[in-house]
Amino acid sequence: MVKAIESYGIPVVHVCTIVPISQTVGANRIVPAVAIPHPLGDPTRTHEEELVIRRKLVEKALEALQTPITEQTVFPAL
Amino acid sequence: MTYRIVHYINQFFAGIGGEEKADIAPEVRKAVVGPGMAFKAAFAGKAEIVGTVICGDTYFAEHIDDATDTIIKMISDLKPDAVVAGPAFNAGRYGTACGGVADAVSKRLGIPVVTGMYPENPGVDMYRKSIYIVPTADSARGIKDAVPAMAKLLLKMLEGGKLGSPAAEGYIPRGIRINTFYEEPGADRAVKMLVKKLKGEQFVTEYPMPSFDRVAPAAPVKDMKNATIAVVTSGGICPKGNPDHIEASSASKFGTYCIKDVQTADSEHYQTAHGGYDPTYANDDPNRVLPLDVLREKEKAGEFKKLYDYFSTTVGNGTSIANAKKFGLAIGKKLVDDGVDAVILTST
Amino acid sequence: MKLELLKAHVKNVEWGGKTALKGGVLTVDKAELLKAVADENFKKVDAELARPGESIRIVPVKDAIEPRFKVEGGGQEFPGVVSDVEPVGEGKTFVLEGAAVVTCGRIVNFQEGIVDMTGPAADYTPFSKTMNVVLIFEPVDGLEKHDYEKCCRIAGLKAALYLAQKAYEAGAEVDESKTYEILNFVESMKSYPGLPKVAYLYMLQTQGLLHDTYVYGIDAKRILPTIIHPNEVMDGAIVSGNCVSACDKNSTYTHQNNPVIRSLYEHHGKDLNFVGVIITNENVTLADKRRSSSYAVKLAKMFGVDGVVITEEGFGNPDADLIMNCRKAEAAGIKTTLVTDEYAGRDGASQSLADAAKEADAVVTAGNANMLIELPKLDKVIGYQDYANIIAGGFDGSLRADGSIEVELQAITGATCELGFTRISAETW
Repeated sequence: MVKAIESYGIPVVHVCTIVPISQTVGANRIVPAVAIPHPLGDPTRTHEEELVIRRKLVEKALEALQTPITEQTVFPAL
Repeated sequence: MTYRIVHYINQFFAGIGGEEKADIAPEVRKAVVGPGMAFKAAFAGKAEIVGTVICGDTYFAEHIDDATDTIIKMISDLKPDAVVAGPAFNAGRYGTACGGVADAVSKRLGIPVVTGMYPENPGVDMYRKSIYIVPTADSARGIKDAVPAMAKLLLKMLEGGKLGSPAAEGYIPRGIRINTFYEEPGADRAVKMLVKKLKGEQFVTEYPMPSFDRVAPAAPVKDMKNATIAVVTSGGICPKGNPDHIEASSASKFGTYCIKDVQTADSEHYQTAHGGYDPTYANDDPNRVLPLDVLREKEKAGEFKKLYDYFSTTVGNGTSIANAKKFGLAIGKKLVDDGVDAVILTST
Repeated sequence: MKLELLKAHVKNVEWGGKTALKGGVLTVDKAELLKAVADENFKKVDAELARPGESIRIVPVKDAIEPRFKVEGGGQEFPGVVSDVEPVGEGKTFVLEGAAVVTCGRIVNFQEGIVDMTGPAADYTPFSKTMNVVLIFEPVDGLEKHDYEKCCRIAGLKAALYLAQKAYEAGAEVDESKTYEILNFVESMKSYPGLPKVAYLYMLQTQGLLHDTYVYGIDAKRILPTIIHPNEVMDGAIVSGNCVSACDKNSTYTHQNNPVIRSLYEHHGKDLNFVGVIITNENVTLADKRRSSSYAVKLAKMFGVDGVVITEEGFGNPDADLIMNCRKAEAAGIKTTLVTDEYAGRDGASQSLADAAKEADAVVTAGNANMLIELPKLDKVIGYQDYANIIAGGFDGSLRADGSIEVELQAITGATCELGFTRISAETW
């Protein structure tokens, strides 16, 4: 879906856990997430701590969208 | 009964002219034209060509949608049982046209259709999955073999016979995976394959690995403070109750939901429909998959101008690549039409 | 370690006064069976029989287990789960071959499987060919999902142990015996010097509710890859907590009867030296995937093997684990063959795996799980048929008013089992 949306010319950042799959399939901007069942959360932490994690991921996602790239790039947030 | 066949050809094979006539619009003749004579012979009375539709290759390429509509109407008016297109050999525009016409006949008229092309004709890669293409030589000198092969396949399709493998029936492999049963269980096949590989002997893999196409990276957002950002997810987050019944696996659809005044994806109003991961954490706090709470925070703080009023969701569990692409194209079109500048797509 | 399987062939199954096997007929004391599996978390447990060829549909199916009972040697079947934690894999184990316990009842989450004893779907599941004792569970109201899954799992294993134990104790005749032996490392490494050393890299699904596997009772998502003797697997050391999607999750039965282990034993000493089994998991974080694949391949290197057979369990993100295992092994000079299934879409035209690598040049496929199949109405349903609409591979409208079902192979239990249990495959047309 990432590539299909990006084919219209708007940047898409993929926030996902299995970075290798995203890379093989061909997403261009990738932000590695926490885990499959909770990519932008962590149920072992408090709600406040989770918000901190989520903010970091979203910030990195926004940063990735503003970064010029020429090839697939992973933007680690955590 | 004699099957009624319509034949599609280009301006050159119709004897109208060469490149200088490639811009002619579609026309129909209630006659057998050009290579149609060879087909007539090959059909040996079981089928007859009741009409020939002709179109210039360049006209087709430059008016694909309209030309296809017109051609389909012309074909349909002749009330055929089946259609044969080409053969196009290695002519690229002609191959694309034959493929496009055959594809439209298959999808819109639902009748058997066969075309023929040289395997490297670009029309093959474009259409192999949806239609049957008989491999031919790279030039019209191969017509002696191409026509009987195409006629044979078409007659088989008309007679209702179930088509077998590409090798058996004489068509270019379509890249479609078909289940089959072997003599031995998979485990035995795997051990034997390893033994061969270890010995350096030849073996045949049952699944050749694909290579994936690429999309060029889109230009970055230059002015984030004035940008509209949309969020999309394959993690299956949807309104509580999954009102559109998005499937837990092999999703056949995506949903688009309004989040205009929604500040957070809370568990009271949202849930996940995805069956491929433990749903507990996503159901307890859907923001863990669809981060609305944090996105609203940043919208309020002015980091970007606006969070798009809708989010789209599907379930990325066993979703076929073709469907994922279809959903992505549909979602993307709406986003672009509505002036979205960039997208955050979350996956589980 | 040497294990002898004492196989008694079951040719029919009946309810009766005393659980025993005579003349190939397994008689089961229903009341005693239900008592053996009772649990305060079940509001109700019932049992029914389903035989090959009968017009019976069992849905939703959670697990299938082969009745086995250890008669000699340390430990007992399903160690750490319904038996003591001591190691198994040696001595003698009695097997009711041709029989299976199938667990059914109210669905745990929204996915489980279907088994048809006749008709087109019967060709795809191993359990249309077994004499099935089906348990149907109903949980007490409000029972939490993880708790419900656990008690279904335990009850199925208890039933399998009960049947084999009672039949053995009542004097069942053994029809066939087979011995499996791999010597200790010192000896096995010296054996068959001209033959390539091969290990089996056994991937276990470990992703949460209904996607878990247990080894000696330990949730395998918490383990580092480790070695296990193939005979331990025959004694139920690996148990399924895992039935989603039904087609490619390894039921306990298929673990007990692991065909890769069977085949490697058959080839042992002939064209390969089967040195052992490495189990590994399929976790949900990238770090775990990297850690487990590197660790598992390191174990293979420590063994000094020339080749590994790798079987995946599941699809989607575990395809990444499979490819990592393959790439790292090949990079270490270890040749690989992989067994996987495919999700190529209903038209078979999509890319089958979520990940790919050119090193994966020797692949056996267990077929396209998205293939649509028509299940006719059958005379009897054990369980609850209306789940067909929501279980993975089903869709709104799967179950028709006339009782027939249109569904993907995904929903048929064991249809694309990636242990290579059945003869299914796929070709490119």
